[in-house]
Amino acid sequence: MDPHFLDFEQPIAELEAKLDELRRVGDDNALNIGDEIERLRKKCMTLTESIFSSLTPWQISQLSRHPRRPYLLDYVERLFEDFQELHGDRAFADDRAIVGGVARLDGRSVMVIGHQKGRDTKEKIQRNFGMPRPEGYRKALRLMEMAERFRLPILTFIDTPGAYPGVGAEERGQSEAIARNLQVMAALRTPIVCTVVGEGGSGGALAIGVGDRVLMLQYGTYSVISPEGCASILWKSADKAQLAAEAMAITSEKLLEQELIDAIVPEPLGGAHRNLDTMAATLKAALLEHLDDLAAIDMDDLRARRYRRLMGCGRFKE
Amino acid sequence: MNWFDKLIPSRIRTEVVSKRAVPEGVWAKCDGCNAILYRAELERSLEVCPKCAHHHRLSARRRLDSFLDPEPREEIAPDIESVDPLKFKDLKKYRDRLAAAQKATGEKEALVVMRGALKGQPLVAAAFEFAFMGGSMGSVVGERFVRGVDAALEQGAPLVCFAASGGARMQESLFSLMQMAKTSAALGRLREARLPFISVMTDPTMGGVSASLAMLGDVNVAEPNALIGFAGPRVIEQTVREKLPEGFQRSEFLLDHGALDQIVDRRAMRDALADLLAILMHRPRPIWPVIEASAPASEPEPEARTEPASEPAPEPSTEAAAPPDGDGGAVPGQRA
Repeated sequence: MDPHFLDFEQPIAELEAKLDELRRVGDDNALNIGDEIERLRKKCMTLTESIFSSLTPWQISQLSRHPRRPYLLDYVERLFEDFQELHGDRAFADDRAIVGGVARLDGRSVMVIGHQKGRDTKEKIQRNFGMPRPEGYRKALRLMEMAERFRLPILTFIDTPGAYPGVGAEERGQSEAIARNLQVMAALRTPIVCTVVGEGGSGGALAIGVGDRVLMLQYGTYSVISPEGCASILWKSADKAQLAAEAMAITSEKLLEQELIDAIVPEPLGGAHRNLDTMAATLKAALLEHLDDLAAIDMDDLRARRYRRLMGCGRFKE
Repeated sequence: MNWFDKLIPSRIRTEVVSKRAVPEGVWAKCDGCNAILYRAELERSLEVCPKCAHHHRLSARRRLDSFLDPEPREEIAPDIESVDPLKFKDLKKYRDRLAAAQKATGEKEALVVMRGALKGQPLVAAAFEFAFMGGSMGSVVGERFVRGVDAALEQGAPLVCFAASGGARMQESLFSLMQMAKTSAALGRLREARLPFISVMTDPTMGGVSASLAMLGDVNVAEPNALIGFAGPRVIEQTVREKLPEGFQRSEFLLDHGALDQIVDRRAMRDALADLLAILMHRPRPIWPVIEASAPASEPEPEARTEPASEPAPEPSTEAAAPPDGDGGAVPGQRA
């Protein structure tokens, strides 16, 4: 088994391996096996389509944290020009689990902020698996306030298992850092578009997730607690994560139904990791569309709408 | 029941009382020092042990009852109820859990909000009911809190919230998470209106409640030895794989690390917050109960004199009419 493929992706992986082999044979052989290759390619596509047309919430949850899932910096190099990273919270440290900086999107100046996971072991540790500490949120806050000052729209990219549960994080006020961001983002005088590109893990995700538009990649997830965490509390066993993923309605489709997000950004066949360039192009188009919409709204009105949107989150009866 | 118990005739058999459930009777055992306490005395001291000052949990309604003046009181949005938007079911149905919690607590939800007064100063007070699904915050808790903020804004009055919560309510999934943003945004409005928000954290204040409304007080207060934090101690222990330091995530720890302004004993809470709010609202130090003879000597409070029944009740309107509007130096007219 290729560890870079999830279990339900294995049949696709096997077909692709066969296809690769055939292609190699075809290269140094005069035999015409083009028909065979074409047949296999079609078969591979049909298979992928059929697997991906009926994914369970649990499978989507696995896709959202796929080891080959594109991370923030993969998007940054494809979406933006002139990205300049800005570091540090000016008080304690630079948290590498959150990356922020200024850039141009199709020529216009923007502020980019997002979670960053690591690809190899060394980077994973450096990025703390995308789990920010308070200084990460405070860096984000500093950059967001700067964006307001210089009238830069803010684009945030959400992809975290959650805020880091550690001793130091608690000592330095993880709760306060998250709470402060929620309050400030709700009232910032600049447009904010948030996109869940991978895993939207609870308060650690929401802390950079309050905006005028909230988008989700098709196979992203967003939830109050991880399926494993929920299962271990409510089902008393982490093995029931599949049930928890189902019950919590964590997929983009469900969340759009509940009007908790504004739009789904479709992923290429087989998921974002199968075709990063296509994914980036689709995402860029979506971001531009929403930024254009927001740019047309008067700032007081924009803030009022953002507030109303937040107040409308919740279901109850009177 | 073992064979020996069965031998004993039923009229001399003593009922086996489970260790924890002593409170039904006349006596109660302190969870802090194991002292056997007279139930009525413990109630009088607001469930604080007179021997070791251990703060036992207090229900939302008793909390507000002991904190607010007897009059006026008006509960805000008492009738809104959860609707189970996801038809959530784990080992039990969410609906059944709600029904059981309602039956056990007599509350419809995990937050009680009231318009009232503190030593004659109008204010809005909210208290979490920990016995209601761990005081977890779902749509109704968020909505009630926001209505409390709105009432405070409308009245030009401060807001006090007593938190006691395990965090967000998983059974409402993302709706619950969004209550963090909703309540924090509403508190932003209160802040813009320059109305004080005092957050009192009681045992426990964790997760999504701690990481939203509870940490956003202009003044953050905690009761002694309350567990307060973002991640639960067990989760942290599993993550860092080491023993946590003594007193970790307790009020005193948070005070040391700069997250709190004060730790206040429950029995002194009413006095402390009344004085604090009076200073922030530019009012004279509240005198309570109002004694007819002393009133004219210290403060010219004509309304208080006409109502000797321990109720100075400055009509909310006088305060509401003049919320400090944009000018931080504005001093409302009460101070002669």
